[in-house]
Amino acid sequence: MTTPDTSARCTPLIRIQREDFDIAAEIAALSRGRADIGAIASFTGLCRDEGGRLSALELEHYPGMAEAELGRVAREAVQRWPLTGLVAIHRYGLIRPAENIVLVIAASSHRHAAFSGAEFMMDFLKTRAPFWKREHLVTGEIGGWVEARDADDAAMARWAQ
Amino acid sequence: MSVKIVYFAWVRERIGKTEETLDPPAGIVTVADLAGWLAQRGEEYAYAFENPQIVRAAIDHEHVKPDTAIAGAREIAFFPPMTGG
Repeated sequence: MTTPDTSARCTPLIRIQREDFDIAAEIAALSRGRADIGAIASFTGLCRDEGGRLSALELEHYPGMAEAELGRVAREAVQRWPLTGLVAIHRYGLIRPAENIVLVIAASSHRHAAFSGAEFMMDFLKTRAPFWKREHLVTGEIGGWVEARDADDAAMARWAQ
Repeated sequence: MSVKIVYFAWVRERIGKTEETLDPPAGIVTVADLAGWLAQRGEEYAYAFENPQIVRAAIDHEHVKPDTAIAGAREIAFFPPMTGG
């Protein structure tokens, strides 16, 4: 693990929104005019149709806490790695297959911190950010709430090692 | 002490309410006490809290453990494990 460079600490940008986001535009906005950034890693989570079974995912969230919790996770990422930029955008509402759900962009001088920061942000977001998914089926029925996965807890826990 | 309680996802659906303001009795000290007290309020609450170790809680927009004291809370939330991302 690299020694955190405190001079590099940035203010994370957190957005919770119904509308879609433009990945290229968000990356461009983060890096515009920035000669200090040498690496940008981005992760996008999309809605799957689960083999043609789903017509949409409905994302419920806890307004206020969603922003607060993502901010806490982001500040932790910034403490752990020398990130020079960090963006997390999460959508809510009805999201169709192939549409975007979540975007994380991490910037740093070098790739290691950017990769790790983005992965850490996603692992913690999955188990700590107050969002809940419900399935809408192609038959027109509203299906069940998606159950939390043990694998997500394990993914978060390994950062404590 | 009157406190706003909010519910999300299937906890909200089972209880049939998004939020309510309640005045728990003096003996209700922790989040777990509050969940237990709520579970006594009717079938819909009993159903929501039938497996109390699954239901998560937050006080004033921060995750809390069941043994956390509720004194001074403005807003207490109950919800299932999170599935965002």
